[in-house]
Amino acid sequence: MSEPVRDPIQFIDERTAAAPLLKKALRYLFPDHWSFLLGEIALYSFIVLIATGVYLALSFEPSLAKTVYHGPYAPLRGREMSDAYKSVVEMSLTYKAGLLMRQTHHWAADVFMASIVAHLMRVFFTGAYRKPRELTWLIGLALLFTSLLEGYLGYSLVDDLLSGIGLAIGYGVLLSVPLVGGPLGVLLFGAAFPGKGVFESRMYIAHVFIIPALLATLIGAHLALVMARHHTQFKRDARHTQRRLVGVPMFPGQAPRSLALMLAVAAVLFLLGGLVQINPIWQWGPFEPWLGTNGAQPDWYLGWLIGALRLMPSFDVVIGHYTVIPNPFWGGIAFPLVVLAVLAAFPWAERRLTGDRTVHNLADRPREAPNRTAFGVAFLSWIFLVFVFGAADRLYVLFGVSYETLLTVFRVAIWAVPALAFLIVRRLCRELQHADRVEHERELAEQEAARQEAELMRRREPVI
Amino acid sequence: MSERAKDRPEAQQGAPGEAGSAEAHGGAGAGDAQSGGSGGDGGGDGVEAPARIVPPGLPDRGAEYVVLALLALAMLFAVGFIVVYAEYSPAEVPNQLLGVCIGGALGFAALALAVLARRLVVTEELEDDYPQENPREQSEIAQLVHESASRITRRRLLLGAGAATGGVLGLAGLTPVLSLGPLWDTAPLDYSPWRRGRRLVDPHGYPMLASEVEEETFYTAFAEGADREDIASVLVVVRLHPSELRLPKGREGWAPYGILAYSKICTHAGCAVALYRKPRFPVVEAKPALVCPCHYSTFNPATGASVIFGPAGRPLPQLPLMIDPSGHLRAAGDFSGRVGPAWWGVREGPPT
Repeated sequence: MSEPVRDPIQFIDERTAAAPLLKKALRYLFPDHWSFLLGEIALYSFIVLIATGVYLALSFEPSLAKTVYHGPYAPLRGREMSDAYKSVVEMSLTYKAGLLMRQTHHWAADVFMASIVAHLMRVFFTGAYRKPRELTWLIGLALLFTSLLEGYLGYSLVDDLLSGIGLAIGYGVLLSVPLVGGPLGVLLFGAAFPGKGVFESRMYIAHVFIIPALLATLIGAHLALVMARHHTQFKRDARHTQRRLVGVPMFPGQAPRSLALMLAVAAVLFLLGGLVQINPIWQWGPFEPWLGTNGAQPDWYLGWLIGALRLMPSFDVVIGHYTVIPNPFWGGIAFPLVVLAVLAAFPWAERRLTGDRTVHNLADRPREAPNRTAFGVAFLSWIFLVFVFGAADRLYVLFGVSYETLLTVFRVAIWAVPALAFLIVRRLCRELQHADRVEHERELAEQEAARQEAELMRRREPVI
Repeated sequence: MSERAKDRPEAQQGAPGEAGSAEAHGGAGAGDAQSGGSGGDGGGDGVEAPARIVPPGLPDRGAEYVVLALLALAMLFAVGFIVVYAEYSPAEVPNQLLGVCIGGALGFAALALAVLARRLVVTEELEDDYPQENPREQSEIAQLVHESASRITRRRLLLGAGAATGGVLGLAGLTPVLSLGPLWDTAPLDYSPWRRGRRLVDPHGYPMLASEVEEETFYTAFAEGADREDIASVLVVVRLHPSELRLPKGREGWAPYGILAYSKICTHAGCAVALYRKPRFPVVEAKPALVCPCHYSTFNPATGASVIFGPAGRPLPQLPLMIDPSGHLRAAGDFSGRVGPAWWGVREGPPT
């Protein structure tokens, strides 16, 4: 007699002896909290990125060879452009469902980065990066910064006006790397920017193979470490302890929920890709190094770097007649490296400052660690203000405050606001903690009163 | 699962009324108690039917219908996607409709699963131990490594030799990177097509006449015959009244009739200096300026494109101009400095 469930399991187990492992995996426990799904959203966006990216890669032509457009889009007809740009215009306007794939891919990249950042904030403010999960945290940071590069390469490939401007800035930042910048630029571009086209095919293989393979490996390691150590959990009642985990098993409880989330993420991304226009490259036109445009903005996740480049005061480090450190180094390289270093060092810095070296499987509520929460808010507000200044020219259009005034205001605000935020948030956390304690004591007192009353009633009974 | 074996006796021993005590195990514990109870009805640990792992629940036919309806909708939208794809000609496929179809199909499938998860799948809340560290295995591994090397007397030397071999091998493996391009060569960055006598041409390739260059606007020009994508070729040309010029020393005669030519590539991060600030009321407004739209580096064309605002650290390189007998603009030499963004070790001064 054949059994449709039992037979394939038997087949696999007889060949792999993996049934105990499989059973353990099916009963793997997930603590139940909505904020634990942020990382999953990133994972599912990545899957959508791969799926749509495969379609795009099949019709994209990574070549800067010059050609002339003769397609249906009148404003570009007769314009000289690269094969790369032409193939993306054609895939957007001529291929069936090409625009849907391209816009969904672009949206997925933006959502991917946003969910990674939200996930990072959740992990930070609940102290989930602490021992024994420091490696998961470090791999997560590596994922964040690698994804940033991947996204940047993705929209730089298209060779439209905006992507060319972005690439020119990237080249400027690359040249500013101390000691090796100039030779490195020549090595990668094959000549001075924009080079002879070798960089296009190098970017392409990096964007569609090398970096995705690296990301997939890092995601695998990240998930393996999560599985090895389990998720953290909030202490909702006495069952949740540092040694004991309460949760929903992978199967049957969690699997349909996670699948539903995956489909929902894909649904939202495809709806965005279908309904909300993003990066209409046929409107920007092809890139040539002597062209520029006002009011251009990068994808959101690079805004903080533009902001940092714009905020830096005017100077190159010069010795005699020789430039040593060009200006873009500070905003384009030093700033993100400082952010990375602070985040990477934080688990160890916190251990040292608090002397707390124990294992933490219980997640903190943000208020339970006032100094950490205050520092996190201050640090985020610092980056956020730099990010906002990256769009200062749009703020000028929106509010009419001159760019010069905004620059002065932001140069003060990026230091003053975090300092203020630190003090306010720390105070707030302490007040909330105090309120919690008062509430807890009141509850205890009420319970005690109720108990005494019950006791009194019980004692009285025999008398009556 | 190991903890189940521990839980079950507890749950069976515990009287039903004590399920709310601190030691109870939520839904799972209750489920176990039920399954243990039903097993007990069958007479001990039933031999024929093993005890349930997943606790039982009541069927919910209504929810099943909802799931079926949602799946049907998902299929309908997926079919819609195929129909829309097939029905329209390539240039007329409505992207919105495609997106709504595929997004709707995915969305309804997600809803179906959500209903399934909420109404049809038993929700268990189980407990498990967090994994602990394994000090015994740790020391055993250390012991293993030590004992494995006990025959070797010069461990450090061998280890050093092994590491060095690895390093050199790695270096050998990386050597082909040199084929990517010149390894330590910045000469391509120094290149400039400008020589004395080379004509300026406009974006259409026509030589520029000095008489056509007017004040209060700006022009883009290239070296005649050079690649338009060569960043060392492109210029921004403006005309100011000669009395306004305050050029650095040594640049006398670089701006005939007040016509000035600067590299159009910003010295900050390499964008095109594509904006020209032209005061509408010169008395009260800021002076004319060349502005880069990327990070708003602002250069004063009257003073040799010195930086008056923004992050750039160097002025735009200036190209000395002259006017030939036919009235065309020509270079009178090379740039006053390196074009484009700077790098470590770049020397200020004209390219060689």
